[in-house]
Amino acid sequence: MARQPEGPPPPPTVQKLRLRYAKRGRLRFASHRDLARTLERALRRAQVPMAFSAGFSPHPKISYLGAAPTGAASEAEYVEIGLSVRCDPEAVRAGLDASLPDEVAILECVEAGEGTGSLADRIDTSVWRVELPGVTLAELRPAVEEFLSRDVVTVAKRTKNGLKDIDARASVASASAGEEAGCAILHMVVRQLTPAVRPDDVLAALAAVADLHPPLPPRAVREAQGRLDDTGTVADPLGPDRAARIPREHAAI
Amino acid sequence: MTGETLYPRLEPLLAQIQKPIQYVGGELNSQVKPWEDAAVHWALMYPDAYEVGLPNQGLMILYEVLNERPDALAERTYAVWPDLAALMREHGVPQFTVDGHRSVADFDLLGVSFATELGYTNLLEALDLAGVPIHAVDRDGSHPVVVAGGHAAFNPEPVADFVDCAVLGDGEQVVGDITDVVKAWKAQGRPGGRMELLARLARVEGVYVPRFYAVSYGPDGAIAGVQRTRDDVPATVGKRTVMDLDEWPYPKTPIVPLAESVHERMSVEIFRGCTRGCRFCQAGMITRPVRERTITGIGSMVEQGLKATGYEEVGLLSLSSADHSEIGQLAKQLADRYEGTNTSLSLPSTRVDAFNVTLANELSRNGRRSGLTFAPEGGSERIRRVINKTVSKEDLVRTVTTAYANGWRQVKLYFMCGLPTETDEDVLEIAELAVEVIRAGREASGSKDIRCTVSIGGFVPKPHTPFQWASQASAETIDHRLRVLREAINADRRIGRSIGLRYHDGKPGVIEGLLSRGDRRVGRVIERVWREGGKFDGWSEHFSYDRWTAAAAEELAPFGVDLDWYTTRERTEHEILPWDHLDSGLDKEWLWEDWQEALSEEEVADCRWTPCYDCGVCPTMGTEIQIGPTGRSLLPLTVV
Ligand code: SF4
Repeated sequence: MARQPEGPPPPPTVQKLRLRYAKRGRLRFASHRDLARTLERALRRAQVPMAFSAGFSPHPKISYLGAAPTGAASEAEYVEIGLSVRCDPEAVRAGLDASLPDEVAILECVEAGEGTGSLADRIDTSVWRVELPGVTLAELRPAVEEFLSRDVVTVAKRTKNGLKDIDARASVASASAGEEAGCAILHMVVRQLTPAVRPDDVLAALAAVADLHPPLPPRAVREAQGRLDDTGTVADPLGPDRAARIPREHAAI
Repeated sequence: MTGETLYPRLEPLLAQIQKPIQYVGGELNSQVKPWEDAAVHWALMYPDAYEVGLPNQGLMILYEVLNERPDALAERTYAVWPDLAALMREHGVPQFTVDGHRSVADFDLLGVSFATELGYTNLLEALDLAGVPIHAVDRDGSHPVVVAGGHAAFNPEPVADFVDCAVLGDGEQVVGDITDVVKAWKAQGRPGGRMELLARLARVEGVYVPRFYAVSYGPDGAIAGVQRTRDDVPATVGKRTVMDLDEWPYPKTPIVPLAESVHERMSVEIFRGCTRGCRFCQAGMITRPVRERTITGIGSMVEQGLKATGYEEVGLLSLSSADHSEIGQLAKQLADRYEGTNTSLSLPSTRVDAFNVTLANELSRNGRRSGLTFAPEGGSERIRRVINKTVSKEDLVRTVTTAYANGWRQVKLYFMCGLPTETDEDVLEIAELAVEVIRAGREASGSKDIRCTVSIGGFVPKPHTPFQWASQASAETIDHRLRVLREAINADRRIGRSIGLRYHDGKPGVIEGLLSRGDRRVGRVIERVWREGGKFDGWSEHFSYDRWTAAAAEELAPFGVDLDWYTTRERTEHEILPWDHLDSGLDKEWLWEDWQEALSEEEVADCRWTPCYDCGVCPTMGTEIQIGPTGRSLLPLTVV
């Protein structure tokens, strides 16, 4: 007979918290797995009362939403955690933030609003800002215009199964060129479709259509994620949870 | 200005390489002190990849001990993979520390911890990338003092041309002494330049400065003599020993990497040293005597470490953890304390002993019982007497069967082959043993779903052990014995499929043997190999046996010696060994007697439980065995 864990099953999830966090600076080079490991350790350090799955190797209840690629910074990564004891979301946010390396920051923590649906359903788009050191606005702007004027821009993407051609154009809802301190900035709103189009793919597309070859590696930051509406705005995915909370807090007074 | 960060120059390169996270630092519990605040700057290197080097306890301990001093600063550096190294050369970015991304060349000292000799080429690569001359004689006052430590430093002769000093023994106190010497010398305006600094360092207990010792060779190729070149340095250099481990509860705040590393757990060293007397084991010989941390000292290190790191697993580390005088209480009380917290406890590979199954059961009380590891080391009872790791075949089978009966599904057994006096028959007994273990295990557990993995590698004779005189088995011998073993295991398919065989071929062991028992002439081989592109020799995809043998043949020929001379040749009693002037405390006569006893298959007991048998360490080093039991108990924690 295989051994079974003794004792009662782990306590159930009584509260779900949704977190927005940032990876910055040097830690933009952390992969999704690196961050997941780090977050799980920080949860233990901060003594957040996590709910666990049953079995001999119980896992804390954490669900990650699509992670920014290794090398890209982000101000808008999302994760949902299940707790076995109700906690003040702000206390969890502060405790967890203090337990993480400096360049990973927990920016928001809200309780999942009842009946508001899943977080994943509220995210279908990323807002990117890509710094292009060594590129001027005068070089970037026409390249972006050329890219937007096309219906399809095929680029080769490195996947697990070798190089694969994908269309980098269709996913890009909007794009524009800007400049800060003499450095060109590419702003864009990119839908999260399959296959995923990442900032690198758009840069490859700019090279293909306008021969734009940045002399230094670009630096991408995901500034926001959310649902893209008809007006081109990306809605805050934690908005519905906040809205759901307000009446209850009133009721508590 | 020195101590400046190189990060802005490094960052663009990181976007172009594999696993950039290993170079960025910023880990939990790492620190970057202001350069100007410290009088003495240490770069600490583990000469292998970050994922291997980061968990190294020795380096982590020194990092904390040094950084706790207000007048010292310590940062870490690791071997750089070839993809980044090529870009660094192209863009003129030197070897850097991962903490402050400071140039290694800016530091006063570069401490390198050699757990194995296969890191030597990585030292040369790092020095070259740092812009520091690889030969110690070519360095001037502006270059860091290169200090080797770790177990391999007990014979630093093969790297004598490349290091300025080697430190023997425990590092906790000696790094402080070295810091004091460097600090005073700098404060005095660096009198006498680098030579004077090295002379002062050579007078620190435990510090060996190879350039102050001249080696001459006889017509037979063996060492004729080792002479001091200055009379203000000691004739022999003795090792350092830290007594009272409870006073040194390091690491207190272990560094937690973001990147994946080879040990995803926290380790607490429960004792240092080992007097079991396994004759092949250099670690056991050079770290005597046994010094235990107390049960309460261990308890508080586990508690503080978990708080500081958030790890879910704690390894209770030592050379033979089940031998701690209070291990039973410790295992039970820690298991009680962390029951229900999803914190798991583990012991490293253990002796074959029924008690170890009890311990492992306790530690895995309510967790998964996946794998248990035992290390019988020798295949037959006879060879186990030769290596002084006696356990009868019956006991071995019974212990492993007990493990299966207690719900362990997978048992790993560690062996060596190529041991002195070994024949094919000794190795073939491993197959018999594995078959019997599986048969008995299936019966005892009532399950066919059990596995036994035999892990086996070639034995490399090491300095400061009774086997330092032994002939090392050739790569062909090792490969032959591995082949007959594999065939024997596969002979019975029905049982054979429950047995896994993991082995390392004999070639890397031969090179490790050359580097382990080599003398200064071997330095030329190391340099040649590195110049021809050799590095990361511990990684099979980088290691090139042909490059090593070709370099050895050419570089050693002028001296009238060769690879076999260093490896397969048996030494005679009175041959001067390259490390004879480095004192681990072991009496050379005792070692020789023990070697003779090995050949006549005689055992020696453990001095913790039987009278001292005069290995020499305690009187020479002024140390003593420090063991419990203390009779103390762990207080329950208030779990939040
Ligand atoms: S000197 Fe005696 S007591 Fe000390 S380690 Fe050697 S054998 Fe043991």
